[in-house]
Amino acid sequence: MTGPGDRSGEDAGQGATAPSGGFRKGAFGVSGSGDTSGFGGLVRVEPGGAVALHSTDRPYGGYFDEVTDALIEAVGQATYDAAVQRVLVDRGEITYFVAREHLLTLVQALRDDEALRFELCSSVSGVDYEGSGGPATTPDRPRLHVVHHLTSMTYRRRIRLEVAVTVEDPHVPSVTSVYPTADWHERETWDMFGVVFDGHPALTRILMPDDWDGHPQRKDYPLGGVPVEYHDATIPPPDTRRSYR
Amino acid sequence: MSTTYNPADPYAGSRETTEGRVYTVTGGDWDQTLGTEAYGEERLVVNMGPQHPSTHGVLRLVLDLEGETVTKARVVIGYLHTGIEKNTEYRNWTQGTTFVTRMDYLSPLYNEAGYCLAVEKLLGVEAPPRAQTIRVLVMELNRIASHMVALATFGMEMGALTGMTNGFREREMVLDLLEEITGLRMNHAYIRPGGLAQDLPPGAVEHVREFLQVMPDRVADFHKLLTGQPIWQARLKDAGYLDVTGCVALGVTGPVLRAAGLPWDLRKVEPYLGYETYDFEVPTADTCDAWGRYLVRMAEVNESLKIIEQALDRLEPGPVMVEDKKIAWPAQLSLGPDGMGNSLEHVKHIMGQSMEALIHHFKLVTEGFRVPAGQVYVPIESPRGELGYHVVSDGGTRPWRVHVRDPSFVNLQATAAMSEGGMIADVIAAIASLDPVMGGCDR
Repeated sequence: MTGPGDRSGEDAGQGATAPSGGFRKGAFGVSGSGDTSGFGGLVRVEPGGAVALHSTDRPYGGYFDEVTDALIEAVGQATYDAAVQRVLVDRGEITYFVAREHLLTLVQALRDDEALRFELCSSVSGVDYEGSGGPATTPDRPRLHVVHHLTSMTYRRRIRLEVAVTVEDPHVPSVTSVYPTADWHERETWDMFGVVFDGHPALTRILMPDDWDGHPQRKDYPLGGVPVEYHDATIPPPDTRRSYR
Repeated sequence: MSTTYNPADPYAGSRETTEGRVYTVTGGDWDQTLGTEAYGEERLVVNMGPQHPSTHGVLRLVLDLEGETVTKARVVIGYLHTGIEKNTEYRNWTQGTTFVTRMDYLSPLYNEAGYCLAVEKLLGVEAPPRAQTIRVLVMELNRIASHMVALATFGMEMGALTGMTNGFREREMVLDLLEEITGLRMNHAYIRPGGLAQDLPPGAVEHVREFLQVMPDRVADFHKLLTGQPIWQARLKDAGYLDVTGCVALGVTGPVLRAAGLPWDLRKVEPYLGYETYDFEVPTADTCDAWGRYLVRMAEVNESLKIIEQALDRLEPGPVMVEDKKIAWPAQLSLGPDGMGNSLEHVKHIMGQSMEALIHHFKLVTEGFRVPAGQVYVPIESPRGELGYHVVSDGGTRPWRVHVRDPSFVNLQATAAMSEGGMIADVIAAIASLDPVMGGCDR
């Protein structure tokens, strides 16, 4: 029995029916026939980043086009093309997938440009896409993602920036020089995911003890727990219980 | 008797006497390690917490003092880290509610609502109108309870102990209502993806109306007790100064930002759950200090009372869970002789009448529903500021990642900016005016 974080084996089992490219079928996990509910035909796009391989075409709709145009004007078309690898519009939210070399240029423009004015950095956090289905994680599809949520209080807009890095080279520039509030967010992301924020004033652990080993919210870090006896039955710890995908 | 003490022990030099060896335990070697010359004689490093009645739970402060002036304030957190974000990745989407509700334990219903709104956004469903109205109702009740604890602890930390007893008394009224509605005083798990765990019990509306009758007088009592009091004003005014620029740079939201003069309330600027249809004001102050934050919270209690009244007025009969039986938790609870219990009606339905209902029940309870892959960020206005849920799904029965942007976590970063250069007594006022909850901060 493997933990739920490790879904590679199950992926291989479904490989014959699941098309490659980060798609998975069915509302109740049934492959082939057997589901007469009508939900079995659902095709869902895998989450952004490691497995969502497509990019949304323009126009993006809503204020997303205005923001993108203003951003291009602020940093220049050449920089924008180099910095933004893909743009994904999903569920009324826009995600810019950013190359880490250009992250600081972008956030500086996003905060300072009059047409953008993303004054507030709501949140910086990490996501580990290791084993999230779809094609295996490869160097060009790194597993660790750093997600910045920016808010424009002037225009009441929100956007998301996503930077993907590998575990071997987990370096992302710190945005604390632009958004001081990112200080603790980045410390937490270092603590939990082991992402190194270059230029952070004091990148130390924040939630875990200073001498802790490992980065707990990575998918290959076990949840831990002990079996519990209850009414003569033994309940295994949560990460070894049966799970459904 | 032979001992192996090191005779060169710097902390306990020894000498031989007629009575045997005598050790003289001295102080540490602080003069050597700290190099007092470099810092001057006035510098004192004081560790406050993590166990200290005035630090709002397990918050630790390391203060550099020169006399009574704070020259440097460092905040140490993490003492209440419980790994809730990671735990949700090992439970199904419905069970996630019971985990997130335990984070910010003073505003559990906001945690539930933020999480459920995020899951619903991923699913592409919307809770029925009655469920949305009841969500607003219980959330605003919860805001009053939370602000009452904020004011109570504020009073306690400033030495106004009657403020504390009054605040907790008023909170108790709200908790009684929440217990009647949800079954629990705290950690309700009442708001579920798709709607609510159950409808309002009979009599709840009347009891909330009785509360609405009583509460305005209690708020007035608070004003009589504290607002005009010279000591209270002297302790709060000009303590913990932080203006709008400072707030936005440090990510501070909620009453602290509004007390700096910016009317930024997500219920108004990015309405959810139909808040745009309610008539209420966003109280602000322009003092940027603890005094302004106190006044803003007091005024917000009154606004919450207005919202609750409007929510009660617009309650229409109807379902409190989405119709889709592939998402809606099948079993409705009912009141048995022993308190809460299974609905016999439902058991009869699945065991005797409908095979499909049985299958849905079985699939939902064992596996849970699947949520289409993607990620969303849903912010709501909690009593402490922007509570954001970044939820990622890989299309499975469990969240791939739940990140919580907790306002306590972000707001506490402002401690240094608000305290440095001030007096040590004002540090307590500054932190109390932030109203941090460590359960939410450390998660």
